[in-house]
Amino acid sequence: MRAFEPIIVAFACEYCAYTAADMAGSLGMSYPPNVKIIRVPCTGKVDTLHLMRALQKGADGVLVAGCYLGDCHYKNGNLRAQQRVGYVSRLLDEIGIGGERVMMTFMSAGQGNVFAQVANEFTEKIRNLGPNPVKLGAGKAAA
Amino acid sequence: MITAVRKPLEEIMGFAAPYSRVLLLGCNECVTVCYAGGRKEVGILASALSMAFLKEGKKLDIVEQTLERQCDPEYVEEIAQTIDQYDAVFSMACGCGVQTVAGRYKDKPVFPMVNTMFMGASERQGVWAERCAGCGDCVLGRTGGVCPVARCSKRIFNGPCGGSTKGKCEIDPGVDCAWQLIWDRLKALGRTDLYSEIIPAKDWRSAKDGGPRRIVREDLLS
Amino acid sequence: MKTTSNLEKVLAAGHFAATGEVGPPRGTDAEAVRKKAGHLVGKVDAVNITDNQTAMVRMSSWAASLIVKQMGLEPNYQMVCRDRNRLAMQSDILGAYALGLNTMLCLSGDHPRFGDHPMAANVHDIDSIQLVAMVRRMCDEGLFQGGAEISNPPKMFIGAAANPFGDPQELRVLRLAKKIAAGADFVQTQCIYDMKRFKEFMHQAHDMGLTEKCYILAGVTPLKSGGMAKYMATKVPGMTVPDEIVKRIAGAPKEAQAEEGIKLCVEQIAEMREIPGVAGIHLMAIEWEHRAPEILERAGLLPRPQV
Repeated sequence: MRAFEPIIVAFACEYCAYTAADMAGSLGMSYPPNVKIIRVPCTGKVDTLHLMRALQKGADGVLVAGCYLGDCHYKNGNLRAQQRVGYVSRLLDEIGIGGERVMMTFMSAGQGNVFAQVANEFTEKIRNLGPNPVKLGAGKAAA
Repeated sequence: MITAVRKPLEEIMGFAAPYSRVLLLGCNECVTVCYAGGRKEVGILASALSMAFLKEGKKLDIVEQTLERQCDPEYVEEIAQTIDQYDAVFSMACGCGVQTVAGRYKDKPVFPMVNTMFMGASERQGVWAERCAGCGDCVLGRTGGVCPVARCSKRIFNGPCGGSTKGKCEIDPGVDCAWQLIWDRLKALGRTDLYSEIIPAKDWRSAKDGGPRRIVREDLLS
Repeated sequence: MKTTSNLEKVLAAGHFAATGEVGPPRGTDAEAVRKKAGHLVGKVDAVNITDNQTAMVRMSSWAASLIVKQMGLEPNYQMVCRDRNRLAMQSDILGAYALGLNTMLCLSGDHPRFGDHPMAANVHDIDSIQLVAMVRRMCDEGLFQGGAEISNPPKMFIGAAANPFGDPQELRVLRLAKKIAAGADFVQTQCIYDMKRFKEFMHQAHDMGLTEKCYILAGVTPLKSGGMAKYMATKVPGMTVPDEIVKRIAGAPKEAQAEEGIKLCVEQIAEMREIPGVAGIHLMAIEWEHRAPEILERAGLLPRPQV
């Protein structure tokens, strides 16, 4: 049986993490192909609903990557994102699929290495957690 | 506005257990403003509920819809054509909305998704606090615009009690002493004279103690 | 004399009054009431019988009052607004008076959150000032709160409580004035440790002529230990205990703390007697009723006047 390869959705702010990811790529710092990046103008634009829908539709983990607190281009969008990630994390615990499947992380545009490291670590963490239980259940429900 | 908070998912799961297709019905009024049961919260709950069921290997079809006002028959009529498609309605409105839907569609199970809390105002983003008890005979004119019925823990009309400390209520340091607020306002208004009048025992008939209340406006009847 | 109350007689005759306090048991043991109250027979002019104090269910105040009454001790029947609406309050007052109770104390009551039934409905149909006004009208006009006539109206000596230390400070005397305007015959204060602030309170009350209209009894509670002093200083809402008092009690050797507490209490009573307008003391020896006679003796308040 093939090892489980998780699907990770990363919402990346274009002022920092998105550029960092780009840099990681161009500098040849590898991060797993599992990570699907969605570019957003600010993590403050990432709504609770986006995080929930990503998981509902099959993501095994969701990463939100924004600027360091205090460095947000829109003042406090990253802080709001952090609060929403906290809310979703508690909601996932309530559902019983694990609050740790969602994570907020911070970096600056020049930190390609940080993006690569976080992407690797988070992918590894989700790989160890196993598939989103929703996907397994969906198979059973359809059967 | 009327404030509300979502019920625990476990309780909602209990309501949902017998059904396979439900209408999750939001309301565009108060519960939207307090982030409990508007369009977005309908989406979040639909997502959470759907995942919670799938995790157990079960499927629940959830159709999302949000009405302009669930406490108004005119808007509740909007689901008349489609209601037969659902096993039950899961209402995210306050208790008034839930009952309007239940009253209109008599053979359809309707469940509340939120706990209706109180009539309150927003203190800041994310914080709401009780302001009005709907007692039917407003005394705000003599209490400096601060309500002793809704905001004093012992609804004392001639306060404060002995437990007021540094502006806070004895029950919780996070709760302002209503009578401290009243006194501060009366001083600011130059109306401390109002304090010395004894407010007589309240006639609670105007509140819910007189039985369920109605307002009938003859001039508006159709 | 408006009533048959012994406390009223003592006060009206110009004596410095002394009242005590007994909390009914959390059960049906009448003997427990007799045991506590027994220490006070002949030593106080009236004994407060608390009404579900600290919002914990206890034997009803009127029942425990009757037990005490049968011992030849005059009960001061306490009633709080937390547990009853005005119907229940008035019927209890009629019943209490019919069975010989003639002195009562009108209170708001501690919030249910502090007791053993935090889930209970918190009634507060009327507040403590409205309760005083209601009883006053029942007695003087012979009318129920709703306006109907009472056959054989009660004649109660009506008390209220005052806390000289809660906030806002400016309202403390003004609220006392409202209680007196509502019809309180006597007032018992929260227990006093901050003598300086109490003197200011009394001075103001005296200046406003309140002490002419109403008997004010100063509350005292002996500190049994340094632990209790710290607890009173930090944990009781609306209570002020100056640091030097905590230090004095807690600083004494463990085995001498109780004696130090009694000594302090006796000194406080002596100081209170000198304050213009203080008509007596209300001794709340909490779960320490057996030490009350000694305190009263050492304070020179025994024997009690026979009136």
